Amino acid sequence: MNIAIASGKGGTGKTTVSVNLASYLAENDKVVLTDLDVEEPNSKLFLETELFHKEDKFKMIPEWIEDKCTLCGICQKVCNYHAVIQLGPSILVFPELCHSCYACSELCPTDALPMIPVKMGELSHYINDNLNFVESRLEIGQEQAVPLIAQTIDYVHDKFPEDIIKIYDSPPGTSCPVIEATKDADFVILVTEPTPFGLHDLKLAVETMKELKKEFGVVVNRHGIGNDNVFDYCTQENIPVLAKIPNSRRIAEIYSSGRLVYKEVPEFKEQMESIKNFILKIKKEAAE
Amino acid sequence: MKIAFTTKGTEWDSAMDPRFGRTEYFLVYDEDKDEFTHFDNKDVENDAHGAGPKTAQKLFELGAEILITGNGPGGNAATVLEKTGVKTFIGAGEMTVKEAFDAYKNDKLKPI
Repeated sequence: MNIAIASGKGGTGKTTVSVNLASYLAENDKVVLTDLDVEEPNSKLFLETELFHKEDKFKMIPEWIEDKCTLCGICQKVCNYHAVIQLGPSILVFPELCHSCYACSELCPTDALPMIPVKMGELSHYINDNLNFVESRLEIGQEQAVPLIAQTIDYVHDKFPEDIIKIYDSPPGTSCPVIEATKDADFVILVTEPTPFGLHDLKLAVETMKELKKEFGVVVNRHGIGNDNVFDYCTQENIPVLAKIPNSRRIAEIYSSGRLVYKEVPEFKEQMESIKNFILKIKKEAAE
Repeated sequence: MKIAFTTKGTEWDSAMDPRFGRTEYFLVYDEDKDEFTHFDNKDVENDAHGAGPKTAQKLFELGAEILITGNGPGGNAATVLEKTGVKTFIGAGEMTVKEAFDAYKNDKLKPI
């Protein structure tokens, strides 16, 4: 079962929920936690795990071979992203704009644009007993998170074909990287905070998940600040609230020192227990 | 010398468009012939990505040697402009086309 932890707003507590929930579940069952926020992965900071495997990840980019080119212009016509531009007698390729669709390369009548691999990041797989942790890190200068997110999910699906709980810590926002990170999820947990900002961005995330036809629920973090509007909204929209994590300086301090909160704060652990029970319930329902 | 302006309209008194890649129009002034032409760039709105290089390529096709704009092109567009040898002047984003032309003639705009 694939569970994505997402949010509209950044900084609401996706990583807090992901690392604590995964570690808590791993006390009894085999779990895979994957950090898909490849532009700034940080789940690893909270986990004591050993490196099991590391590999480079590549994306394919066309390379112009001047000698073979007849300047017919087909490549630039078929590129939806304007990553291939013809300027007089030369073809320019913009690797950051390229989406590796192969159109220019395949449709070139003279094979003047072969696709070559370019390193875009690194994937690391760590293990601690029941907990498998996978993260990918985009190379500095690379602009596209989506291909790396897709390849990271492929790695997890390949390595763990069995039906165990797989948790995906997603990037914030509602743009392409989030779509990629959540599109294979069986359930999406949206972490928010009970503030006007939290509600505003939660609504965007909810609309996105509806568009993707996803099942989803909400975890309210920092419960106690702001107002009740997030709860009113969830009631009105029939969205289940899976947990309410209290606003507490102690939780923030434990998080800031890189420790797991559920091990030290019973009220927090109760909330992880609620989410766990919910996940086990839907997992059982899905199996039936 | 052909001078291209990024603009929001097609007149000498139109406002400049401070954006390069997503400019609404190019107004091209041919100094030798004392002639104005314009080019509608609004179909770039349909492009989520790559507006910069696409617009820079159009500028190349229009045959302009000087570009007068506001904020200046982004990295990808700048690569194309450099390759085509177009000289770019920025800082005219809040002016009308006429004001921008006068500022250029009086060396008030910043070259990049």
